[in-house]
Amino acid sequence: MSSVAATPPAAAAALAHPRRPFTLTVYRWELRKLVSQKRTYLGLALVMILPLFFVIFQNVHQRHDHADNIFAAQITQSGLATPVLMLLFLSVFLLPVVAALVAGDIFANEDGNGTFKTILTRSVDRGQVFAAKALAAMTYAALAVFAAATVATVAGVASWGFHSVRTFSGTIVSAPEALLLVFAINITYLIALFTVASIGVLLSAATRNSAAAVVGTIGIVILLFIVAEIPGLEGIKPYLLTEQFQAWQGLLRTPTDWGPIGHSAWVCALYAVPALIAGYLVLLRRDVAGG
Amino acid sequence: MSDEAPPVRARGLVKRYKEVLAVDHIDLNVDHGDVYGFLGPNGAGKTTTLRMALGLITPTEGSVQLFGRDPLRDGARALQGVAGFVEAPRFYPYLTARKNLELLAALDGDGASGRIDEVLATVELSPRAGHKVGGYSHGMRQRLGIAAALLRRPQLLILDEPATGLDPAGMRDMRELIRRLAGEGITVLLSSHQLPEVQELCDRVAIVDSGRVVYEGALADLRRQGGAGYRLHTTDDTRALEVARAQPGVEHVIDAHPPAHGLVFQAQERDVGELSLALAAAGIGILALTPELATLEDLFFRLTEGGNGANPQALEVAV
Repeated sequence: MSSVAATPPAAAAALAHPRRPFTLTVYRWELRKLVSQKRTYLGLALVMILPLFFVIFQNVHQRHDHADNIFAAQITQSGLATPVLMLLFLSVFLLPVVAALVAGDIFANEDGNGTFKTILTRSVDRGQVFAAKALAAMTYAALAVFAAATVATVAGVASWGFHSVRTFSGTIVSAPEALLLVFAINITYLIALFTVASIGVLLSAATRNSAAAVVGTIGIVILLFIVAEIPGLEGIKPYLLTEQFQAWQGLLRTPTDWGPIGHSAWVCALYAVPALIAGYLVLLRRDVAGG
Repeated sequence: MSDEAPPVRARGLVKRYKEVLAVDHIDLNVDHGDVYGFLGPNGAGKTTTLRMALGLITPTEGSVQLFGRDPLRDGARALQGVAGFVEAPRFYPYLTARKNLELLAALDGDGASGRIDEVLATVELSPRAGHKVGGYSHGMRQRLGIAAALLRRPQLLILDEPATGLDPAGMRDMRELIRRLAGEGITVLLSSHQLPEVQELCDRVAIVDSGRVVYEGALADLRRQGGAGYRLHTTDDTRALEVARAQPGVEHVIDAHPPAHGLVFQAQERDVGELSLALAAAGIGILALTPELATLEDLFFRLTEGGNGANPQALEVAV
């Protein structure tokens, strides 16, 4: 260790105005850390395998009796019905779980590895670290949504063709328009999923424990589902986060029903903004005493 | 960074965890070019103090400034020119050493990524740079911690027990590296349990006990305040013991063990002269009379354990 010349200290002038990293740099490294962890792929694999299984199962059984949903009824008529149907299934629980898996771990993982002190003694502020991590958790949630949608679309189209579909209003839309709608509904769904991720981020920063944060986030989602079913509480139902998971369906009506989407946006903001502010304050004020 | 501002200046630092007072009004003064030893038994509050210095934890009271900047007020800017680690350096186990350094260099900015090969070579980890840190030994992680610190080209290096877990060769190399870095003008704040290491490397020390600084100042001053001791070999140590015990100003006269090592005592220089005359008058020949300064270990235990049989007045320390 002693045989090689050590780095000479920087000139004081050079240290007076060092180039500090941008938050984008911290964000890029958060993504690289996610890419390097096996657990990252677990959630992605799950949301990609399920649409594949669904298409294979439909092909094997050749069932056409899904009369309860207009997209289920036309599943074998157009491959573009598959991503809509899959979003309908996955949006309720599986995608929130997958988003929670990474969001709940994003800060707690640093506590687990004892690496908070490592990154917080470099040239980045806690606010930059928080922003980068929150963005990374949301990026992962978006990736999970679009990975599921892509697999569902490709498998659906490969099995049943690139044909027009009928929307909830009974209007038939062309295949390219339907593809655009598939993209749009997934984008719209992200509003609610980012809110779940925001809650996960808060719990991750506050609990410093991955399992507690992930289970806590999923627990909140389950709790809100239960609250929605309690008789007498119908009045608060429109303001429950879980009710916003299906707001994207407004895009599948003609004319587009923007009401539930707009409502969902501000209801989600009521959950997400305080969660992110609280998470930021927790990280800003906490003592990094472990590791 | 102000060139004039001292690397570390802490005033009245207090950290309380509910009923536990971990740090109790600690003042620290680390000046440019110091190799400053921070000593204390386990649980004395050393690591908590270093964490407060690095802005990782918030003091309950008091403040700390690094080159005139407060980590709490100025955030990452206060750590400009500062590097190091507290407790064991920690890295992402699923990344290679090189990737870990690339990440940290990205978080440092200022061209740190261009120094990765150099710092890996400095700590002799180049051949293992492509291996995941999860498979690294403790010693390798310590060395990687030093490499990560050097990436920042620090003016102040804060090291918490850097030699812990290293084999003797690793400890020797670590000391050599610290000495060389200090020689290049880097101020070093070194927390250590290794008293010989501190004695060898540091010019100034702070000794903490139960969250309080019980000594801060030059190591040489501390050793002087520890009381000048002398070792005496005579032609008749048994009679010399009687003469010495009867001599005013000569204190704590004891037979050294084994007896062939003569006598040891404490006295002022003038009283030593009187003793040598008294021995001559008694017909006892002096074979050797050598001054012995107290070791850091002696002083450390006297300060932190209240004596071990030593003269408690012998160490009038500045607190």
